Amino acid sequence: MPSGYLLHNHCLQSLYRVFAGFFIATICAIPLGIIMGWSRSLRESITPLIEVLRPVPPLAWIPLAILWFGIGFKSSVFIIFLGCFFPIILNTVSGVLSIDSILIDASKTLGATKKDIFLKVLTPGSLPSVLTGLRIGLGIGWMTLVAAEFTGVKSGYGLGYMIMTARDIQRPDEVIAGMAVIGLIGYLLDLLLRGIESRLLIWR
Amino acid sequence: MNVSLELIHLDKTYLSKEDGKEIVALKDIDIKITEGKFVSLVGPSGCGKTTLLRIISGLEKPSGGNILINGQEMDEPWLQVGLVFQEFALFPWRTVRENIEFGPEIKGISPEERGKKAAEYVNWFGLDGFEDRYPKELSGGMKQRVAIARTLINDPKIILMDEPFGALDSQTRVSQEEFLLNLWDRTKKTILFVTHNIDEALSLSQTLIVLSRRPGTVKKIITIALDYPRDVNSDVFNRLRKEIVEYLIEEGM
Repeated sequence: MPSGYLLHNHCLQSLYRVFAGFFIATICAIPLGIIMGWSRSLRESITPLIEVLRPVPPLAWIPLAILWFGIGFKSSVFIIFLGCFFPIILNTVSGVLSIDSILIDASKTLGATKKDIFLKVLTPGSLPSVLTGLRIGLGIGWMTLVAAEFTGVKSGYGLGYMIMTARDIQRPDEVIAGMAVIGLIGYLLDLLLRGIESRLLIWR
Repeated sequence: MNVSLELIHLDKTYLSKEDGKEIVALKDIDIKITEGKFVSLVGPSGCGKTTLLRIISGLEKPSGGNILINGQEMDEPWLQVGLVFQEFALFPWRTVRENIEFGPEIKGISPEERGKKAAEYVNWFGLDGFEDRYPKELSGGMKQRVAIARTLINDPKIILMDEPFGALDSQTRVSQEEFLLNLWDRTKKTILFVTHNIDEALSLSQTLIVLSRRPGTVKKIITIALDYPRDVNSDVFNRLRKEIVEYLIEEGM
């Protein structure tokens, strides 16, 4: 391990990658999930594709990621995106499906247009399930971190990268330290999202 | 008097989900309701009462016939008709105030203005102090009042109610009935009220429509010319009750 590469920088770089992947996954998966929950034909045509892609482990995507995005930040974000995307979209779809159809009827009789139904019924109504999806998604995204940093790290920072370097120079103590930090941060992230969840779902 | 709601030869058939057979839910319904009337609809369970309300409110399309509201034909869920659901159908993620504001909000009325309007309804419906509560924190009676307020704030000409007090205990039910009569007296809205409770229908309405069992048709229209509040033990009341029970027994309840 080259000296001067401090642990907190490893953590920050890794968090940055994970949040970038998580963020992109969120803004893609939630709207698409709500539309899929709403439209049966769309749901039936897209679900098989998702179910085929979902079991492919992020590790298997690495060659393609490097081919498409080159070595470095973009590839690792793509791998993390893949980890986050599926739990978020699947939970969003099931959240929309769990909304009592009488609430949609009620909103129609009160004058709601399709857009109103989307924004004011389906979105808040699916929120509990969406938040569960976000929590699982972030957890899996964080888990795919090490694989994501397999795509190569130019800056020399990243917890996964640190573990791999430690392996190469035969330093099991640093490997274990990296694992422990990943575990701890994962736990804290989950705690944070649970906190947000109970704040937002006060009406439940 | 203006005719508020007119149903002309209304039919509703749909395909059964199990075997794809055609089911006739409503057949040749002819009803004319003048403005400001309180009309109840009773009938054996499964006779299509709820379907009829859903058609009048625009949630479902009839298979045949016409619906005229104030003499005009409509083809979209229309705001002249408000529907109050048996299950209240409040948005659980919205507070009492936000539930009541739903209609004005989607009409694009400014937050200040709709807040003011909602406050009037909160006060009128005796919900002061509960504005910021969520539906899960309310009693059944309160939920129902929020549901009625949320419908009424849109100022519909006709209010449809689908067994609105069916889920309430009998004490709450009586006070809600009184509340509804007051509201009707004050707003002069046309009310079409579905119930399976004959006493409730007799206490509240000026006209009582008995539907037959499926396929639902109008079996009998009874005018109740009694003053409010009505004495449920009077001879006229008892005679009417007996008459209606007999109609319903003929239809197999």
